[in-house]
Amino acid sequence: MSDTSSAPRRFFTVSGLPVDCVYEPPSGPLPPELGRPGEYPYTRGIYPTMYRGRPWTIRQYSGFSTAEESNKRYRYLLERGGTGLSVAFDLPTQIGYDSDHSLADGEVGKVGVAIDTVEDMHALFDGIPLDQVSTSMTINSTAAILLAMYIVVAEERGISRKKLSGTIQNDILKEYIARGTYRFPPRPSLRLVCDTFGFCAREMPKWNPISISGYHIREAGSTAIQEIAFTLADAICYIETALSAGLAIDDFAPRLSFFFAAHTDFFEEAAKFRAARRLYARIMKERFNARDPKSLMLRFHTQTGGVTLTAQQPDNNIVRVTIQALAAVLGGTQSLHTNAKDEALSLPTEHAAQIAIRTQQIIAEESGVTATVDPLGGSYFVENLTDRLETEAAALIAEIDRMGGMVSAIESGWVQRQIEKSAYAFGQSLEKNERIIVGVNKYRLENEPAPEIFKVPSNLSSVQAEKLRRIRSERDANRVKESLDRLEQAARTTENLMPLLIETVRARASIGEICNTLEKVFGLHEQI
Amino acid sequence: MSSDTPASPRRPDGGRFRILIAKPGLDGHDRGAKYVANVLRDAGFEVIYTGIRRTPEQIVRAALQEDVDAIGISLLSGAHMTLVARLTGLLAEHGADHLPLFVGGVIPESDIPELKALGVCEVYGPGTSARTLVESLTVHLEKHVHERPA
Repeated sequence: MSDTSSAPRRFFTVSGLPVDCVYEPPSGPLPPELGRPGEYPYTRGIYPTMYRGRPWTIRQYSGFSTAEESNKRYRYLLERGGTGLSVAFDLPTQIGYDSDHSLADGEVGKVGVAIDTVEDMHALFDGIPLDQVSTSMTINSTAAILLAMYIVVAEERGISRKKLSGTIQNDILKEYIARGTYRFPPRPSLRLVCDTFGFCAREMPKWNPISISGYHIREAGSTAIQEIAFTLADAICYIETALSAGLAIDDFAPRLSFFFAAHTDFFEEAAKFRAARRLYARIMKERFNARDPKSLMLRFHTQTGGVTLTAQQPDNNIVRVTIQALAAVLGGTQSLHTNAKDEALSLPTEHAAQIAIRTQQIIAEESGVTATVDPLGGSYFVENLTDRLETEAAALIAEIDRMGGMVSAIESGWVQRQIEKSAYAFGQSLEKNERIIVGVNKYRLENEPAPEIFKVPSNLSSVQAEKLRRIRSERDANRVKESLDRLEQAARTTENLMPLLIETVRARASIGEICNTLEKVFGLHEQI
Repeated sequence: MSSDTPASPRRPDGGRFRILIAKPGLDGHDRGAKYVANVLRDAGFEVIYTGIRRTPEQIVRAALQEDVDAIGISLLSGAHMTLVARLTGLLAEHGADHLPLFVGGVIPESDIPELKALGVCEVYGPGTSARTLVESLTVHLEKHVHERPA
């Protein structure tokens, strides 16, 4: 969708000076830790021409209320120049409870869209060409089920799953660390992740079965160093799990994707992306002996840091987001979400969502930063930061290795405590005015006017419950029962569950019914 | 804790105030809850943190078992009206509606009057400093201790 192969196009500054695709040291050999863009160790970017060849995807995370309401917002975003979709699900959907479950009370449609059955998925993507738009879904413990729903929606519209492109977040480890939407314990959850890896490797060549996410680790309070280290340590765990399940590294590694935050400390953030890219390439080559160059490339999505937005003087957030987005672009991101200015207060209004998209368009089409690859490369400061971030992150990964890997480090609570300590230290630095947040601990305004905010209607559980009631009365109950029984039997073996999940979804089983079935076998995770 | 934070308040019996920090509902964003728990511990409170994804029933049970002086809940998912109403209802059912209830997180300004009508003492929004929080809690706790049934 975002492909715009620009053949022999020439680039100039506003003064008319020609701009080369890439600038390198004028003499002497290239430092090996830098390399060329598109070449190992990919410090300067994963493609030789970067944004000259292909702009990043403008992918705004969005979803609320019912599928019908969210569909309208997706069309709004695409009309304004969004180039990919990114679906936010509500918490009951993320954890696998139907909208009429007592634990869903008050949560239906609040932080994302409510999806109970594939019928809701049909409504969500109504009129959107699934074979042309790539779709990212922030879904983790129930990722395999939502992927199954996406496949069935396409199938019932006559679109082959082979043509679908997009991503499921599917990063369950960081849910235990930082985000909290787990349902099953770590081991069976990792099995589900592996099943999606195996299935996508065979059946969905354009799909990313995981987006290994530092974003939420950073939001929970980690430093940039911890963000790199914990994300790559999670990646190592997924890779080792897949290898021990019998997958070959170069069969699945090219489709692993990543997700980072972009904060306001501009140079450290730009360097962070470069450091993460280089460290990952080294891990894939040296630790896992990956051969396919695509297995060595860290492809990533970036979101500007939600936690950096202030409820005070929210217009200032436009400026913060601009700085952060620029750091992500100079760091070589493949896709980008820019937060709306009002997201410290609520989901974005349409107007705020439009400014967020326009921010990316101004960077992409006015600023000139896309004309040359890795324009910060060679800066003494940025290269030094890149080196130190990589070294420090590698040391943290070695520490996790000594603990027996990421699952042990999470189960002992060590990772969570490291993040909590960093969050506390950062908070204290604000209390003591050692760090400044404009409008919060300096330049405050008294009596700020209450801003206009977006509100989700509160009657959604009854709307969804009514839809569920109708679907349950109309579907073939035997087919539902048989498909769920079959799923339960297979969950007790090592059979890949994806085909069976697809069948339960076709039969119109609800997400709650499917998860209850899996829970019988897998058990329920209690917080560590 | 920064040096300019006020000295820790005490119960009339000289003991430290006990506060339950809780995360009701399905929301897993606990940075704020953990931060507040640490701030209050540093300020001399005894803090019990429930962890995430607790039901109102579990929170009320914990508050009674731990014999706390106040409950602080953190909500960022927008489910606050439903969950606070259930929580205050359960507290009343258990004869514990004298316990001061505080709310933190992302709460729209326009919902605050209704939350207070349900019995919430204070709502602390984003940007509340540690000092403001500790001072405000102290004022409420000292007031409530004197009004608390024997």
